[in-house]
Amino acid sequence: MKNVGSAMLPKELNSNLENQDQEAISSAGIDLSEKSRLASFLQKDSEISFFRSLSKDIEILSVEEAIKNFPEVKEYYGKNFKLLNREFPLDTEGGYFIRVKREKTVELPIQACLLLKTKGFKQKVHNLIIVEEGAKVYLITGCTATKSADEAFHLGISEFFVHKGGYLNFTMIHSWKEDITVRPISIAYIEEKGSFISNYISLKPVKDIQMYPTAVLAENFARASFNSLILSHPNTLQDIGSRVILKAEQTQAEIISRAVSLGGKIIARGHLKAENKNIKAHLECRGLILSERGTIQAIPEMESDWRDVDMSHEAAIGKINQEEIEYLCSRGFSKQQAQSIIVRGFMDIDILELPEALRKEISLLEEKTLKLGF
Amino acid sequence: MLEIKNLSVSIQDKIILENINLEIKSGQVMVLFGPNGSGKSTLLKTIMGFSGYEKKSGQIIFKGKNIDSLSIEERVKLGLGMMYQNPPKVRGVKLLEVAQFLSKDKKNIEELSEKLSLKEHLNREINLGFSGGEIKRAELFQILLQDPELLFLDEPESGVDLENISLMGGILNNYLRKQNKSALIITHTGYILDYIKADSGCVMIEGRLWCMGSPKEIFESIRKKGYEKCRVCHAPERIE
Repeated sequence: MKNVGSAMLPKELNSNLENQDQEAISSAGIDLSEKSRLASFLQKDSEISFFRSLSKDIEILSVEEAIKNFPEVKEYYGKNFKLLNREFPLDTEGGYFIRVKREKTVELPIQACLLLKTKGFKQKVHNLIIVEEGAKVYLITGCTATKSADEAFHLGISEFFVHKGGYLNFTMIHSWKEDITVRPISIAYIEEKGSFISNYISLKPVKDIQMYPTAVLAENFARASFNSLILSHPNTLQDIGSRVILKAEQTQAEIISRAVSLGGKIIARGHLKAENKNIKAHLECRGLILSERGTIQAIPEMESDWRDVDMSHEAAIGKINQEEIEYLCSRGFSKQQAQSIIVRGFMDIDILELPEALRKEISLLEEKTLKLGF
Repeated sequence: MLEIKNLSVSIQDKIILENINLEIKSGQVMVLFGPNGSGKSTLLKTIMGFSGYEKKSGQIIFKGKNIDSLSIEERVKLGLGMMYQNPPKVRGVKLLEVAQFLSKDKKNIEELSEKLSLKEHLNREINLGFSGGEIKRAELFQILLQDPELLFLDEPESGVDLENISLMGGILNNYLRKQNKSALIITHTGYILDYIKADSGCVMIEGRLWCMGSPKEIFESIRKKGYEKCRVCHAPERIE
């Protein structure tokens, strides 16, 4: 691991950034001005470029430095993987550490950006996010690549810890390009009455993504929600799933995804596992195929060891109804505009549980990206 | 304004309309009567340019221009507009989005939605969970914002209670007369005629037009004697 101190870092997130960096970072939902954020983190390839917290309730720094400075952090590193008896890559460099203090509500989102910049670079990070008891926080992570990062690779390990009564609303925006390979690995651990909300948005081309984030509802009344909007471009593969293990009683989970294929392949997985009684869980996947070469495969899975559970799923895949297109054309929309407005409606950001502070931004970002996509 | 000459149309190789001749002049409101399945909606959808309606012969001329090769939106830009009998549900697209596309006048959108009791529907997906009356009012709302020169109204009163027919009929008549618009209105109940003053009427039976005349007289005849009688009665006058 590499130690990175803050002494050498620029004062502003926006300092020392090339135009192509700024463009890529903005496309992933990051506010370069920091005005609408309370803490920021930026890593370019393996270099920690910036971190700053504007609130005493938030600690944000590189994971290496956090382990060095705070002895208790070491206990968290790899803890969720051990819990599930899973191994994880140890050859990581960098990643962010974020901790929100007990009973504190962070009014503005925290932002973290992982940027790929060098051709062929293999970025491997390990992030730790700790929401202490009763704390409430919004986190937006933008993962992106500049034009120069041809054939690059991103591995992002994230471990989330939501302590008793804590609330973490995590929005991840993937804004890659057509030759990038991506492997995120995430596990969230949620204690009693804690909530973990994950909003995932991937609208730009990417060569290949495989991810299957898992949330463990470890104690009673915990809740997890995975919401995804996925747009697939020709010659790409997005194998994207979400899993919730409902270990304790009275826990709740929801997995909702909207997938649109413009010619690529999407595998939309979902797995709900009830390991206790009186749980409630729902899985919903809807897909729209707009190209004859597109593929969407929905694989919903539900498991229960108990009788007293309420679990459901629904999945639907289809094309846009010609009648709907012609209806809009009869109002004066061109065929392309009609298709675009239907797809934008289908990729409704209302399925995400976005905080008000991010809603408008994400909506504009989605509109801009979808406009370019058609 | 609209001239249809010797138009024959098939759907999946089955002839639905045969040798239709029709003319609607600028500012004229015409009513098209006919039993269910007689081809009335097919005529409107063919003129609008919808897919699946194959023109076998004839010409459709609008404002002096043959519109056969135009797409739906090009016909709309030229001045055609249609209020559907059974519009589709458009998931993901809010009524307000279409309204804002049709009119840049925010005040107009607000006032018209208020008038048609659709204010709460503006942020809902088009026709999803709408009642029969709400669907018709939403259609009328859009067509009025669209403001075409020639309106096709496909059974505006079907599935609508009397209160809604009165509201919609009043607004429509006012609009048509004040703006000197042309319209072709399909009806088989004729209720809408209590509110809209039509200039002429004709009857379609089994894909053919059978007569042209005073809408009130035709409707009275249909009401008393039915469409079969109408065919016998008007047989010599069949329009060809």
